[in-house]
Amino acid sequence: MNRLLVSFVLFSAAAALAQQKPTVLKGGKLLTVSHGTIENGVLVMQNGKITAVGAEGSIMIPKDARVIDAKGMTIYPGLIDSEDNLGLTEISAEQSTNDLIESSDEIMPHMHVYDAFHAESELIPVTRLNGVTNAIIAPDTKDTLPGQDSFVQLAGKTSPEMILIRDIAMPLNFTGEQRHNESWDKRKFPQTRMGMAAQLRQAFLDAQDYAQHWADYEKKKSEATQKTDDKDKKPDDKDKEKDKKPPSPPKRDLKLEALLPYLQGKKPIVLAAEEANDLQTAVSLAHEFNLKFVLNHISHSQSVLDYVAGLKVPVIVGPIYEDPKPYERYDTVYSLPAQLYKRGVKIVFASFDAHNVRNLPYQAGFATAFGLPYDEALKAITLNAAETWGVADQLGSLDAGKTANVVMANGDPLDLRTDVKQVFIAGQEIPMTSRQTRLRDQYSGQ
Amino acid sequence: MNRIATRYALLLLVLSAVVIQAQQPPAAHNDVVIKNAVVMTVTHGIIQNGSVYIKDGKISAVGKDVNAPSSATVIDAGGKYLTPGIVDSHSHIALDDDVNEATSPVTPQMMMIDAFDYQDKAIYRGLAGGVTTSLLLHGSANMIGGQAVVIKHKYGLNRDALLFPGAPRSIKFASGENPKRVYGGKDQLPSTRMGNFAVQREALTQAQDYMREWDDYNAKVKKGDKDASAPKRDLKMEALADVLRGNLMVQIHCYRADELLTEMAIAKEFGYKVRAFHHALEAYKVADQLAANNVAIATFSDWWGYKQEAWDAIPWNAVMSMRKGVRVAIKSDSEDFARRLNQEAAKSIRYGGATDEEALKMITLNPAWIIGVDDKVGSIDVGKDADLVIWDGYPLSSYGVPNKVFIDGDIYFDRSLPGFGMTHYSEGQ
Repeated sequence: MNRLLVSFVLFSAAAALAQQKPTVLKGGKLLTVSHGTIENGVLVMQNGKITAVGAEGSIMIPKDARVIDAKGMTIYPGLIDSEDNLGLTEISAEQSTNDLIESSDEIMPHMHVYDAFHAESELIPVTRLNGVTNAIIAPDTKDTLPGQDSFVQLAGKTSPEMILIRDIAMPLNFTGEQRHNESWDKRKFPQTRMGMAAQLRQAFLDAQDYAQHWADYEKKKSEATQKTDDKDKKPDDKDKEKDKKPPSPPKRDLKLEALLPYLQGKKPIVLAAEEANDLQTAVSLAHEFNLKFVLNHISHSQSVLDYVAGLKVPVIVGPIYEDPKPYERYDTVYSLPAQLYKRGVKIVFASFDAHNVRNLPYQAGFATAFGLPYDEALKAITLNAAETWGVADQLGSLDAGKTANVVMANGDPLDLRTDVKQVFIAGQEIPMTSRQTRLRDQYSGQ
Repeated sequence: MNRIATRYALLLLVLSAVVIQAQQPPAAHNDVVIKNAVVMTVTHGIIQNGSVYIKDGKISAVGKDVNAPSSATVIDAGGKYLTPGIVDSHSHIALDDDVNEATSPVTPQMMMIDAFDYQDKAIYRGLAGGVTTSLLLHGSANMIGGQAVVIKHKYGLNRDALLFPGAPRSIKFASGENPKRVYGGKDQLPSTRMGNFAVQREALTQAQDYMREWDDYNAKVKKGDKDASAPKRDLKMEALADVLRGNLMVQIHCYRADELLTEMAIAKEFGYKVRAFHHALEAYKVADQLAANNVAIATFSDWWGYKQEAWDAIPWNAVMSMRKGVRVAIKSDSEDFARRLNQEAAKSIRYGGATDEEALKMITLNPAWIIGVDDKVGSIDVGKDADLVIWDGYPLSSYGVPNKVFIDGDIYFDRSLPGFGMTHYSEGQ
């Protein structure tokens, strides 16, 4: 279902670009992610797609192609951030620029990020200049159920152009941060984790009831239709039916309706917990209602990593910069990605940021200093993310047929020193400018 | 590798036997030679396959070969990088959240040492990131905050052993949104930038009066006037008088270009010097003027947009300002960044093309100058404190992680050790 929607959006974008001349990146080092590194490679893009990838000599370069010399460059797929707040904030401290969270209630599954996503945000060009081309946009985390995430592509003039999947997943936050326990005076329900869990359980039960009411209604309606169609009815039966009104539909409830795709296992919940106790409570809740889920953060759950591995779900790790608890070694959080990888868990990274989503690749790089293999680190911000979000047929690696989200840089994508030279999104050369480069140029006298 | 580890473990046994029990600085320093390192000196280039000889906690020799007695303990760096310890010129760790006395916009009599929590794990985590010296500052709620404390990250020792001996005194000033918000929110002065600077001028003017009263009194006493009565001592005014006398280095939290200029004008008006602007995210707009006044900046690499006055922040700020002659430091201002200042400095290579040595200087010698301890730390030079870091991976990259951290010639952190990796602290103490 998600895949169809993506295909449709990308297809429309491609149609608009029909007749585009092919663009060729020639002579660069290709980090394909899916099938290794190709030194001295050739990548061909046309009509928004990658059309060929291979070693120089093995790929035919179309005659009308625009050829870009990529010698000395490293070329890799556009990076995918698995959670951030882009488009929901401009200046953090200025509340008028924030659409991060509806804090009036905790159970807000009917809040949709796509209703607030601001395509013209100055943060977006800043982000994509570092090679991040796609992101899961989530509301802030102060609510247990703050709303539904969208999956975006960071190029386009309007929000519908950029949002590839409107409701892709739903965060369920269980970190303790959602308690209203700031002070004894300001306390309100849920003030405790017991309150949070009870409230969540009730919400899912209500949604199950709601689904049942609709199912009952549909059943009655179809029975009524069948009876009306019955031609052999006796007159007295017909009289009886006259007294019977057709069933009236239950009142629609947008909040409960929003929970249904998740209760039916059609879409994943993003289950956020930090410490082992919260993690297990949250997982129990998810199991209780048969929710499909991916795990988020789990930064202080090192004691239960085998249990985590046994859940066989992807984990969004980090941020890797999360401070350890006082009882933890300095590198506990730094080494978490490697520890999960060793246990066979599929990991993805997320910036959990807005202004500095651009630093996503450095988290992956830093994780390699604590034992995560390099290729896995790169995968965790490309192909693993695409697989986790069900878009791997379109994104996440340099393969013919995929969307041409391609980055060309002067070196290792995971190193802080590397300068991204050109970003392509759906085959389009993105202007390598932002509010920040304009200020730089203005004050450099350029 | 194993051989080095074994030899090193022996050294540790010696050190830890003395130190862990006593919780005191080691009475006698071991002579140590670190050999087979790529020595990044900061002041005189990179020495491939270099050595450093440490005697009595000081750097005694640096070079391809050093003369050291055979009794000295040899640590083979195995070709790893060796840098000076990182210096953080803007930190609020180890204060147990007592960062702001936000009950009055002028509180120069606050002494950060009175809140110093020497057991804060953040000291340890910074140390594990290669930080050996930090300037612990008052926060930015007040126009004139309190007086800083300079520490070395000798985690595990007693309080006074962490204080940087002989470090000069610094005081924190601030202007802009924070004091506006804190006092404006209570409907008090200052709620505007006009209010900001009026409060600052008012306080400094009172200090001038206070100094005059004492000068008059001292003059009378000198003349033998026995009836002269001493003015009342006022801690607040004495601190400000020390600013005006040049006894306190002024560290100013400030973002916008216009405020940088205003603060320099006020300093000129009252006759004191600004040592450094902290944050200074718009320094690139007025870098010429900062350089002309010999004012340094302690800034972030790429943090921006968190408030209105951080909206014009650009990651090229550090290098653009440096190229105009400003002394630039990259600082943490957070427990998080304090653990990876090497990475933050490395960003200046990418944004603006700093050389590796220039980038390293931003987290060593330049912040040491801001704190006023550049004659003691911040580079690998003979006579300086042996505050050194051996790195796994290249320090100015995503991959650099401290392997061993030395302060005054003693090892305080070792990545290969179990538990916390500490030589002077063990869990449960």
